[in-house]
Amino acid sequence: MSDYNFAYLDEQTKRMIRRAILKGLAVPGYQVPFASREMPMPYGWGTGGVQVSAATLTPEDTLKVIDQGADDTTNAVSIRKFFERTAGVATTEETTKASVIQTRHRIPEAELTEDQILVYQVPIPEPLRFLEPRETETRKMHSLEEYGLMHVKLYEDISQHGDIATSYAYPVKVEDRYVMDPSPIPKFDNPKLEMAAIQLFGAGREQRIYAVPPYTRVVSLDFEDYPFEATKADHPCDLCGSEHSYLDEVILDDAGNRMFVCSDTDYCRTRRAEGHVGRLGESEGEAA
Amino acid sequence: MSLDIETNSYGGGFATPPVDAANAFRAAMNAMARPGSVQDITGAEPPAGISAAAGCLLLTLCDPETGIYLAPDVDSPALRSWLAFHTGAPFVAVDKADFALGSWQALLPLDQYPIGTSEYPDRSATLIVELTEFAAPNVNLTGPGIKDSTQFALPDVGACQGNAAQFPLGVDFFFTCQSQLAALPRSTTLLAKD
Repeated sequence: MSDYNFAYLDEQTKRMIRRAILKGLAVPGYQVPFASREMPMPYGWGTGGVQVSAATLTPEDTLKVIDQGADDTTNAVSIRKFFERTAGVATTEETTKASVIQTRHRIPEAELTEDQILVYQVPIPEPLRFLEPRETETRKMHSLEEYGLMHVKLYEDISQHGDIATSYAYPVKVEDRYVMDPSPIPKFDNPKLEMAAIQLFGAGREQRIYAVPPYTRVVSLDFEDYPFEATKADHPCDLCGSEHSYLDEVILDDAGNRMFVCSDTDYCRTRRAEGHVGRLGESEGEAA
Repeated sequence: MSLDIETNSYGGGFATPPVDAANAFRAAMNAMARPGSVQDITGAEPPAGISAAAGCLLLTLCDPETGIYLAPDVDSPALRSWLAFHTGAPFVAVDKADFALGSWQALLPLDQYPIGTSEYPDRSATLIVELTEFAAPNVNLTGPGIKDSTQFALPDVGACQGNAAQFPLGVDFFFTCQSQLAALPRSTTLLAKD
């Protein structure tokens, strides 16, 4: 343990964040303003998610942090170390062993349970922000449930590209009331937003917290003739052979060779440990 | 204020505030995220007259930024000085309350509490309702946080339905009894059982 207060933040800050989380859960999808603190990391590195995690963690928790599905990228490693040091909590890379999962831009492939909490790092919490830059106006639009502009945006996608080209941060409607930005997760993950775990969203720079309680209805916006489709690269994972996971494309050389790998590193590793082998993968025994 | 060690206001707080408050908040969050589910919450020993669960909630959520309204049946100098010492929260009139504490009858009518505004529905009161027991269920709950449906016992189904009908405005409830609590957010749909 260190000389930090448990989970870094002072108690009054945690109370303020906790009150915001409870309001967020009571009004699913509504963005609750909160007095975001300056954290020992730059904006854009998960300051909102870190504050929500800090207010949520208990000493018995096991924390997992992912960045685009990976446990071993800079952002994930530094946030994991931050909480190891300031909260003394156990950490893991295994989705099933974690009780709190902080994520940047992915939902794990493994189905989450009622005992888990998923904390999202959110850059721009306002789904209408790029359509209407004024906060006073977007607030009014939410209060009047005036979401026509969002449908116009999706319609313009269709008129320009032939289908809805929005592929990440795909807008959803929560419990038939608030339109919400699910953070920049790929739209492949949108159907997973209806889950058994508690989902908390923290936007540090924009000073907003919102939440989706378990089993809440979350509908991706679409049109009758252009229904929502959760898309992914049409390819199996080259390491584990999975046909059902979201894939990253990796350029291998300058001759046009490329590979597709699971973006969820824990999912891919678990499958390879079970003996699944993809096009370019080696089974665990052969790996050098 | 008396300095008598038996009746003073300085005891009964969290022994290790960061950890006790974190555990208490997790119970409160699980309750709010799963309406109607009963959670254990411990750590505080408030003065006689209010439950341990209500005491824990107030210590976890209240500070000088939140106004507390004490309903007549729980309002006492002992409780006031205990809350003043441990939370520093101001005591306010009912129409300014961020948190309100009391039994169901003493907290009524519900329309006197802030319910938020259409642009800021979060600027609403949270009612901590002291119960003598979690009675036999008289209402079916559906909505966010509930898989299919669940059952709960409410003191007055009609009044809570009226509150839910104002969604996204309205107040949120915690129900406390000894060292247990349950919650009913405004988002829950209520159907009285026959």
